[in-house]
Amino acid sequence: MTDSQSEVVAGAWSGGGSPYAMGSKKLGMWLFIVSDVMTFTALLMAYSYSRLANPDWPRHVFPIRPAILFSTTMTVVLLASSLTMVMAVAAAHRGARGSAVKWLLATMAGGLIFCGLHISEWFHLIEEGVRLFSNPWGSPLFGATFFGITGLHMTHVMCGVIYLGVIAFGYGTSRFSDEDVEVSGLYWHFVDLVWMFVFPMIYLMSVKY
Amino acid sequence: MSGHGEAAQASEHGGTTKLFLIVWISLVVITLGEVYIAYLEFPAVTMLLMLIGLSVLKAGLIVAYFMHMRFEKLGLFLTLIPATIFCIGMMTVIFPDSVRLLNVRLLH
Repeated sequence: MTDSQSEVVAGAWSGGGSPYAMGSKKLGMWLFIVSDVMTFTALLMAYSYSRLANPDWPRHVFPIRPAILFSTTMTVVLLASSLTMVMAVAAAHRGARGSAVKWLLATMAGGLIFCGLHISEWFHLIEEGVRLFSNPWGSPLFGATFFGITGLHMTHVMCGVIYLGVIAFGYGTSRFSDEDVEVSGLYWHFVDLVWMFVFPMIYLMSVKY
Repeated sequence: MSGHGEAAQASEHGGTTKLFLIVWISLVVITLGEVYIAYLEFPAVTMLLMLIGLSVLKAGLIVAYFMHMRFEKLGLFLTLIPATIFCIGMMTVIFPDSVRLLNVRLLH
């Protein structure tokens, strides 16, 4: 078969090419991210529904000091870890393995700091009497939705730290390629992206209301 | 690596360190702006719309630059993003019911 025949038989939309000009791992990660967007959106919608439908929803749960300053610090830490992830991907594309691994380790450190801050915030709320199915201020759904959403997000961060650890080790020992670093970067930025909606909807909207 | 080579590589993979720093600083500034909005006295719906609007802007910056969507083929964007936005929009149909439930609970 000649080249021109091959192009006709196996064009881009016949599966013979790469319509998105990217590897299957990267496309697979994008599809996973879209599915996970739906998961978090459904949870945030359920939170908003419950909050709106319950007249006894706890109000003024997160004052500016210290709760919002604390969660803002968490947000900046997560954003900083996204920047280090970008640097890791850029270094991997340059073929600078040592530099990429260092940036990946810095990203993991950011993720761990975020989790540490988040867990300490959880303990503070638990000390105040907030439980999964009860709290001293009003609708018991507050605890369920708060711990459910932030817990699922923190699980994603922890899984991301482990994922990046595997990628850092594999890329440092030349077992993984720069595409693997880029794909892990997509996941990490997605985790950051989700927090950009959790932070205003759960924390900031509970300052005055 | 020569300067020309670096520029070519940056162009190929999308974005330079300077661009990423500008995006990151923008994200931090928008975040601080959101905190300031939460501190001010706005009606709940106005505040929610402002916060969600800024969050969508931040999400756009992250997807476009950090996740390199801006440097990918247009087909990827057209395949993933409109359908995602449509599905998210469809989820909002539950909210009239939450208002109905609130009114029922307030009456009883």
